[in-house]
Amino acid sequence: MNATVRVSNVSKRYGRIAAVTDVSFELGEGEMVALIGHNGAGKTTLMKLMLGLIRPTGGSIVVLGDNPAAGEFSGRRYLGYLPENVSFDAALTGRETQIFYARLKREPVAKALELLDAVGLGAAAARRVATYSKGMRQRLGLAQALIGKPRVLLLDEPTTGLDPELRQTFYKVIQQLAAEGTTVLLSSHALTELEERAARVIIMNHGIKVADGSIETLRNIARLPTRIRLKVAGLAPGEVPAWLPASAPCRRMNGHVVEIDAAPEQKIELLRCATAVGTKLEDLDVVPPSLDELYAHFLRQAEKMP
Amino acid sequence: MNVVIVAGKEIHQAVRNRWVLASTLLLAALALSLTFLGSAPTGTVGVRALDVVIVSLSSLTIFLIPLIALLISHDAIVGDMERGTMLLLLSYPVARWQVLLGKFLGHLAVLAFATCLGYGLAAAALVATGTRIDHDSLAAFAAMIGSSVLLGAVFVAIGYLVSALVRDRGTAAGISIGLWLLLVLIYDMALLGLLALDQGRNISATALNAMLLFNPTDVYRLFNLTGFANVSTFAGMAGLAQSTSLSIQVLLLALTLWTIVPLGLAALAFSRREL
Repeated sequence: MNATVRVSNVSKRYGRIAAVTDVSFELGEGEMVALIGHNGAGKTTLMKLMLGLIRPTGGSIVVLGDNPAAGEFSGRRYLGYLPENVSFDAALTGRETQIFYARLKREPVAKALELLDAVGLGAAAARRVATYSKGMRQRLGLAQALIGKPRVLLLDEPTTGLDPELRQTFYKVIQQLAAEGTTVLLSSHALTELEERAARVIIMNHGIKVADGSIETLRNIARLPTRIRLKVAGLAPGEVPAWLPASAPCRRMNGHVVEIDAAPEQKIELLRCATAVGTKLEDLDVVPPSLDELYAHFLRQAEKMP
Repeated sequence: MNVVIVAGKEIHQAVRNRWVLASTLLLAALALSLTFLGSAPTGTVGVRALDVVIVSLSSLTIFLIPLIALLISHDAIVGDMERGTMLLLLSYPVARWQVLLGKFLGHLAVLAFATCLGYGLAAAALVATGTRIDHDSLAAFAAMIGSSVLLGAVFVAIGYLVSALVRDRGTAAGISIGLWLLLVLIYDMALLGLLALDQGRNISATALNAMLLFNPTDVYRLFNLTGFANVSTFAGMAGLAQSTSLSIQVLLLALTLWTIVPLGLAALAFSRREL
């Protein structure tokens, strides 16, 4: 795996406020990485550092072979960026904006204009950006970020303001690019959206990286219980199945449903018990800890540490 | 190449926003009214109508061109930062100095277009009404247009320096107006007061020259009112033209430096900005 982005022990302070503290990670070709954390956790700061818009207080960054802090920018031809709250010069049309950015990247204009159709702006391309809605500006933002098949895509809250349909198209395009070797780093608040898509998750809290790995790895580290929901026939209200070990915390939910919090090592054993002969089991659901729960867990842990 | 792309976009935007139209119309209207009203004192038999126009028009330019230049330039960096467009532009493969230089060339082109067309109309109107114009006057008029553009370049560069240094657009506008008042009005009044008080006892001619070079509008004034013999007689500056030892080359060099130094400082300040 070739690293396209390398962040080594990077810190960024604004006066007495530490925006990012001693963060290190590498992003490889074809990786789709979700950068999550609440507002002010340092997600945008990290992206700005990778673009050389701000300089790190300590540590070093390499993006596509460039050191952005030193003002090197040749690699930026192969980099797409969508800032949070993207804005454009209001006097120009969508088409003119796209042409301008394509020229700066030395990419064929015709191909860049096709992207406008791809994000559903074809009909509005001749209108001034000033007349665009928030969602349309976001579409234009995506279109410019995708100019020239970027090798690294930095997307800051890319799906805000997009309707569900375009959201699907967006993820399809991004996954396609990742499959072809593009590194995609996207920050988002919509964790459920990322859950099935991001192969890797980096969790930030107050400028510190608190977790980094695939969702599977994070589940293993977090050791959060898997929830097993059983629908059992003939249970009296408040009653729990007799075969259930006392060590497994469980609660009754609406009607016949029993929900069990199964620790990782208990999971298989519990499922065996539940599916054994004579348990009157009608239905069964296994819900692994969601990204939301993992995120909450890692933040709680980070807060506990001094 | 990047510089040209950025400059092209600036011009495109200025045309869209009607900056080009507004400034051209303004300069043309003032130039035309000065041409016809301004020739009243010399009468229609005035042999050197264009020279009179140069004197009145260059006096007007000193007020107007710096104002227009500062209006379009004070917002160039800090405004784009506040609107958020600079963030996206700088994520592209373009150096910050290229952005600055591109904007400068774009704004200067707009200003040059407005000046040449607006003032050119005045000269054309004189010709059209049958006024005879000799070569000396024409050369002086062309020099006036050229130096007006150069004066514009000076104030565009000064506007960028302000724009690269301050935190918000309001401050940039305030400082720009202050600079305009200082360089266009207050400096000359203070200098005049100083000379009147001094009565020529302490301030030598060299010191006076240095003080004049310290203000780009004075350099422009000297260039146009004393630089050409035919004009200086009308300007009432013939006496000064003889006493000042500043040649046309020195004055042009001063205006060029007044452009390059603020522009260089603006590029330096901009390259160190975090956004």
